[in-house]
Amino acid sequence: MDLNYSAEELAFRDEVRSWLRANLPQDLREKVENYAHLSKEDVMRWHRILAKQGWVAPAWPKEWGGTGWNVVQRYIFDEELGFAGAPPIIPFGITMCAAILLRFGSEAQKQRFLPRIHDGDDFWCQGYSEPGSGSDLASLKTKAVRQGDHYVVNGQKIWTTLAHYADWIFCLVRTDPAVEKRQEGISFLLMDMKTPGITVRPLMLMDGAHEVNEVFFDDVKVPLENLVHEEGKGWTVAKYLLGHERMNTGRIGESRRQLARLKDYASESAAPMMKDQRWRDRLSRLEVELTALEITNLRFLDRMRRTGQPPGADVSMLKIKGTEIQQGLTELMMDATDPAASDPLSEAIRKRYLSMRKTTIYAGSNEIQRNIIAKMTLGL
Amino acid sequence: MNFDYNEEQQLLADSVRRYLAKSYDFEARRKIVAGQGWSAEAWAQFAEMGLTGLPLSTEHGGFGGGAVDLMGVMEAFGEALVVEPYLPLVLAARLIERGASSAQKEALLPGVVEGRTKLALAHNEKGTRFALDAVRAAARRNDARWSIEGEKSAVLGAPSADRLVVSARREGAIGLFLVEVGKVDLQAYRTMDERLAADVVLRGAQAEPLDGDLASLEEATDFGTALICAEAVGAMKFACDSTLEYLKTRKQFGVPIGTFQALQHRIVDMFISLEQARSMACLAASKADAGGEPRSISAAKIKIADAARHVSQEAVQLHGGMGMSEELKMSHAFRRLTVLAREFGDADHHLARLAAL
Repeated sequence: MDLNYSAEELAFRDEVRSWLRANLPQDLREKVENYAHLSKEDVMRWHRILAKQGWVAPAWPKEWGGTGWNVVQRYIFDEELGFAGAPPIIPFGITMCAAILLRFGSEAQKQRFLPRIHDGDDFWCQGYSEPGSGSDLASLKTKAVRQGDHYVVNGQKIWTTLAHYADWIFCLVRTDPAVEKRQEGISFLLMDMKTPGITVRPLMLMDGAHEVNEVFFDDVKVPLENLVHEEGKGWTVAKYLLGHERMNTGRIGESRRQLARLKDYASESAAPMMKDQRWRDRLSRLEVELTALEITNLRFLDRMRRTGQPPGADVSMLKIKGTEIQQGLTELMMDATDPAASDPLSEAIRKRYLSMRKTTIYAGSNEIQRNIIAKMTLGL
Repeated sequence: MNFDYNEEQQLLADSVRRYLAKSYDFEARRKIVAGQGWSAEAWAQFAEMGLTGLPLSTEHGGFGGGAVDLMGVMEAFGEALVVEPYLPLVLAARLIERGASSAQKEALLPGVVEGRTKLALAHNEKGTRFALDAVRAAARRNDARWSIEGEKSAVLGAPSADRLVVSARREGAIGLFLVEVGKVDLQAYRTMDERLAADVVLRGAQAEPLDGDLASLEEATDFGTALICAEAVGAMKFACDSTLEYLKTRKQFGVPIGTFQALQHRIVDMFISLEQARSMACLAASKADAGGEPRSISAAKIKIADAARHVSQEAVQLHGGMGMSEELKMSHAFRRLTVLAREFGDADHHLARLAAL
């Protein structure tokens, strides 16, 4: 048993770290560290810096611009980005749409979309949830009717993250309402956001941020060539993503940085919270949980590397624990602020507390994650 | 990075597990508990399998095993809720190996390896909770002879032991001594998790001094903490597995109760606690072997204590009335986990220690 990275892995980590030190723009890092709003321009600027270095899509095959890194290196890279305070790589194009195209896309679709995703020319968003279809995604109603050489799409998506930035949206739509097993009537479509009939309306969240949207489809014409995989196989496509590239959902590096930031912050003030035993114990428990999650994550990676098997459903626990820890850290951070303070940082910390409540809801709520473990791992 | 046991460790863990499955199942254990509280037969088998020599150096016929080498064994012991006084032996042997003269070691350790001699550590005193430095027993020297005056409490394994390692003050500082069990008064009793323990009264008991001080006790305690982390993981694995089995077989309202989401989510959380605890047990054992790192050991014990409480309480709840029943192994696992959560310091103790480090 050896919990440490190998010499090669440490050298890789150092290489990533020193590259980040030299290439992560100071102004972006400061925005991230101070919980400031990141504009589309901010995230795309960082995207292009990574793309130029050849590191924006580590998991892709080399021929499409991937790095050829193994699963441990990819994990180290993700965690170093989080630890350094880099802006996020928006996952909808690089991680999600690309993974789907690489697995199910036609050659023409790959040629058309992958290079533009890689270079940051197209910004993607994800059209899954609907007003009546959240956790019960397979009940979705947005329908696509085939008419000649295109589909006509009508319906509505909701909670569509960054749709207001997006050039393209990938959507689950119902192509066959009559089928007995409702999962079999779903198809996976790619749509240009400029297509007539698509309307984006902001949904403001409790932190005052515009991040998610409603997207309406009103007789939207989508060429047949934008269907991914076969008609009626959209659920297979969506399920594929579930087990794909989820080894970094624990976001350990990001939480490590928040923890360090929190300790500094809680040591600085006139009445340091680090001296408050009750608060301090809550912090210690959370730090212990984070350390445990980091090792659990490494154990899964080790198993994956040795067996060559994709991660089992039990990696859902990384999402559950990871998000609980992220929320715990923001709550401790808010509790460490002076209730009487209204400076920009204190305000940003409070907003972040509000904003981070979303983490246990999005990307498959933590309850859905527990359903997955109960069914797939425990056989209940 | 590698989270597997090596081949030797795996083989040993497998053979211990096989032996326990065959000869130390719940019925066999029940008989041992109802009898003298430990099994000479099991102990002879432990010696046969090399467990009594495992923590001792090769110099004295042992195998020089560290915490990671002992992990698989402790996990198997935890799963089977073994009551044999193995941990007391490991701790006392560690202190003797580090603090006894060559002559003392020659006289004592071969017998330990062969399973003839059993050891225990008499350190705790009443009312001191988990403070390692709260020793009141006093050692006095009369020419070349040492004797100890004092009381030790909850000494695990003392009733079956031949020799005790006893902590006592010598000229104010904490020192360690070797005492024959025949020279002390024992009040034997069973702990709430059915292990044999004793309150020990030393009235001028003859003692041989060992090298060793508070730091030695801290080191041994951290080593022992790492071991019980693994033991707790084994007991939690049993609790999780048998609760899962129960959810799949117990029917109410015409269906297995495991079809109810309210219960599914709770058992998922139990398994998550188990995995998180296992990760910290790996950390504790690795750090104990790397010279010890109190921060990591305390961090591990906090997680183990929290997880042991969570898993054991939920396991009983999900078993319903059966979870309370003395007849089911589950209720005995509950008792063991309740004790392990507190042994060598509960979560609050280790939170305070972390804050002070």
